[in-house]
Amino acid sequence: MTVFLVILVILLFGVAVWQMNRIFQLARIKSTGFEDIATAKDNNEQGYLMIAFLIFIYVITGVSFYLWSGTLLPEAASEHGGEIDNLMLITMILIFVVGIFTQALLHYFAFVYRGNKPRKALFYADNDKLEFIWTIIPVITLAGLIIYGLFTWTDIMNVDRDDDPLIIELYAKQFAWDARYGGNDNTLGEANVRLIEGINILGLDPADPNAQDDKIVKELHLPVGRRVLFKIRSQDVLHSVYMPHFRAQMNSVPGMITQFAFTPTITTEEMRQTDHIQKKVKNINEIRAEKSKELAAKGEEPLDPYEFDYLLLCNKICGVSHYNMQMKIIVESEEDYNAWLAEQPTFAEQLKR
Amino acid sequence: MSALAQVSDMEDHHEDHGHHVKQTFVTKYIFSYDHKMISKQYMITGIVMGVIGILMSLLFRLQLAWPDHKFTIYEVFLGKWATDGVMDPNIYLALVTIHGTIMVFFVLTAGLSGTFSNLLIPLQIGARDMASGFLNMMSFWLFFISAAIMTMSLFVEAGPASAGWTIYPPLSALPQAIPGSGAGMTLWLISLAIFIASSLLGSLNFIVTILNLRTKGMSMTRMPLTVWSFLVTAMVGLVSFPVLFSAALMLIMDRSFGTSFFLSDIYIAGEVLHHQGGSPVLFEHLFWFLGHPEVYIVILPAMGIVSEILATNSRKPIFGYRAMVASLLSIAFLSTIVWGHHMFVSGMNPFLGSVFTFTTLLIAIPSAVKAFNWITTIWRGNIQMNVAMLWAIGFVSTFITGGLTGIVVGDSALDINVHDTYFVVAHFHLVMGVSAAYGFLAGIYHWFPKMFEGRLMNKKLGYIHFWITAIGAYGIFFPMHFVGLAGLPRRYYTNTEFPYFDDLADINVVMTVFAIITISAQFIFLYNFIHSMFFGKMGPKNPWNATTLEWTTEHKHIHGNWAGAIPHVYRWAYDYSKLNKDETDYVIAGQDFIPQNVPLMDNEDETEH
Repeated sequence: MTVFLVILVILLFGVAVWQMNRIFQLARIKSTGFEDIATAKDNNEQGYLMIAFLIFIYVITGVSFYLWSGTLLPEAASEHGGEIDNLMLITMILIFVVGIFTQALLHYFAFVYRGNKPRKALFYADNDKLEFIWTIIPVITLAGLIIYGLFTWTDIMNVDRDDDPLIIELYAKQFAWDARYGGNDNTLGEANVRLIEGINILGLDPADPNAQDDKIVKELHLPVGRRVLFKIRSQDVLHSVYMPHFRAQMNSVPGMITQFAFTPTITTEEMRQTDHIQKKVKNINEIRAEKSKELAAKGEEPLDPYEFDYLLLCNKICGVSHYNMQMKIIVESEEDYNAWLAEQPTFAEQLKR
Repeated sequence: MSALAQVSDMEDHHEDHGHHVKQTFVTKYIFSYDHKMISKQYMITGIVMGVIGILMSLLFRLQLAWPDHKFTIYEVFLGKWATDGVMDPNIYLALVTIHGTIMVFFVLTAGLSGTFSNLLIPLQIGARDMASGFLNMMSFWLFFISAAIMTMSLFVEAGPASAGWTIYPPLSALPQAIPGSGAGMTLWLISLAIFIASSLLGSLNFIVTILNLRTKGMSMTRMPLTVWSFLVTAMVGLVSFPVLFSAALMLIMDRSFGTSFFLSDIYIAGEVLHHQGGSPVLFEHLFWFLGHPEVYIVILPAMGIVSEILATNSRKPIFGYRAMVASLLSIAFLSTIVWGHHMFVSGMNPFLGSVFTFTTLLIAIPSAVKAFNWITTIWRGNIQMNVAMLWAIGFVSTFITGGLTGIVVGDSALDINVHDTYFVVAHFHLVMGVSAAYGFLAGIYHWFPKMFEGRLMNKKLGYIHFWITAIGAYGIFFPMHFVGLAGLPRRYYTNTEFPYFDDLADINVVMTVFAIITISAQFIFLYNFIHSMFFGKMGPKNPWNATTLEWTTEHKHIHGNWAGAIPHVYRWAYDYSKLNKDETDYVIAGQDFIPQNVPLMDNEDETEH
């Protein structure tokens, strides 16, 4: 009964509000006003705010650079990376010049020509010459960028087998990477997912003579100065090989072999010594030390200090642990690389074990 | 039969509209044929979906800024997906997936184009309604059903679709690969299939209406740019949406009937699948054949709305009307041949990459023309800083900023290193997300009195809403470029697994704080919107002193739009501040605008339009 009464009261209250609302509405419907249309005062205030906003855009740009330019990627560690960085620099300069200029015009005009009573707007509907100018300028600028970009792109993507590149397979699966070296013959053995069995995790063809000396490893070692051709495979879903320090990326696609080639130019050791990385690592370690203190206070394990290493990340959404699909890359001298590779077991040895 | 005879037919026909049969609640508010009501239905559904989509972004922004922190708010919204306040990585992916889907399709496509095409096409071209009221109603209800299915998919046991809004197979095809690719993905695909049907019905209707039902005197070159943009948008949708439908259909077949369109050589969960010979790259081509025009479907109506509002509030004609139309058309054309720039590193032939770089950078040319024309439009104007005008200026600003970084991501060589990083996320959020949203809001503030029978939205709240949002949007997305240039991939649940990215933690916090502020500001808008619907001040019939035909109708909505005869049109839509022959005063003394339905005067020079 009380429940019924409560519901009734709520209902009646609702009806009362609704009725009052209607009365309120009927009473107000006649009120015609111009209060919500901009007045001369509004035009003035908002005009000044436009200038303030322009300053805000410039300030946030400046502050961002000041605070965060240290987080950006270091110089490219590959031969073609320099070309990309150069093109990026030119493009960025263009973007900033055009951006700063047009934003200034837009907000400045909004400010200067803010409305007031005596002002008359100019009836200005067309000017073919002006429009031609700002069509042709982008055309010329973009033509330059396109040509530069296309040459760079073609250089990067054209793989010349005559260079005798080192051939390495990158193999993706949820959620880890494997690398396979061609061995002494620098030729990868045939492989197919249908042959995956037990220790043969990459599905190599055990009958293929080229496969016998292949070496499957969990860490990518590259000799400095030698061109490397990556052959990329996936066994389940799309992944993407992303090596930001080398300005390299290529999807790995189940059912096909994709490729990307580059020449590493800076060893891991040399990269660790550059100013940019030194500063970055120092900053990161300060952050980690502080976090460790917090963790220690809670009685948890502190974080290890960080040392720079090149990374291979997965950069195509691939499932629940997409955020932690990585492989360490080590660029080293030819001798160190050879020594490391000699220690790795071949596929034939692995099978015998 | 000439167009003229058709018009007079319609005029005769309308006479009985005045004393229309009393409509029931159902025919007036639910299964309405009236374009004005359908427009409101679209808008409100769009806004509701927008609230869902934006709140999702709040959840994953919190996760990105404070990955180690436990939030009770996760448990409240996500239930079993966030036990003890720790977000499950699966639901993180689901959140970003559904956020993208909802914002792109349900808010910025249907919400924006559905609302304003429906409202403005008949009113601005002088028609009594859409060519087919019934198809129009069908279009809305199909959209509503697809929105309902998408919302329902959030409650599926194994979680909603979580393969990213681009749903690349095999991830989206195999429930073994990610739990969200089970029933959640099935519902996603069904929802999108219905959405496409809705969009096609709508587009056909818009095109037919614009081509056939213009009032006497409304030649194509006298149409307001809004109508032009809706026409072009509808054509782009008509060309590209069916391709997504075919992709969805093939994906459904691969998922449920064992075909191999997109799948080949897969070893997952300990077994080899039988699929052979398909290619995920094919899906990428099909998806982006819609997916790229889609971003223009989103931005073109916003461009039209902004052009209109900038001209009206600057009290000046839009600068370079013909160039504006030409650039709309060339953007629309180019938008259908640039899809490959999403696939530079997909493994497709590098030569194709070159071609797509070329076409992509070409799009920058009409875009630049538009930006310069907008800026020239406000030059030497008499700018009325109405709230809609602020959003329009904001649009130009974010469109420039976001558009410029397009030169980076559109260039195949540069894309190698920024592809799928936060740089791309920052780029497209500014250029299409934020900009289109600004266009949507500009339109709402501007045409609110037309939608709600003369009521205006509150100006003060509007100003507050604009400034917080404008600052917040840059605060979120400007720093995001740095995160991308630092090499951080998108769709990472957390980046704590990479000590290398530890120094990005404070940028993430800054972005999230701005996001919280910006999202909070939207509640000011919601309050203003709902309150003004009922208690907004009644404005004059033509509150912004605009020239277009919609302002010649009465406050009260009637079926058929004009109580009397349909007005005829004698001039283009941009006769603002036109002076008389002696240049002593405006053509109509003391009034700086000439509505389109005013015949040419003796004391004015004839223009080309």
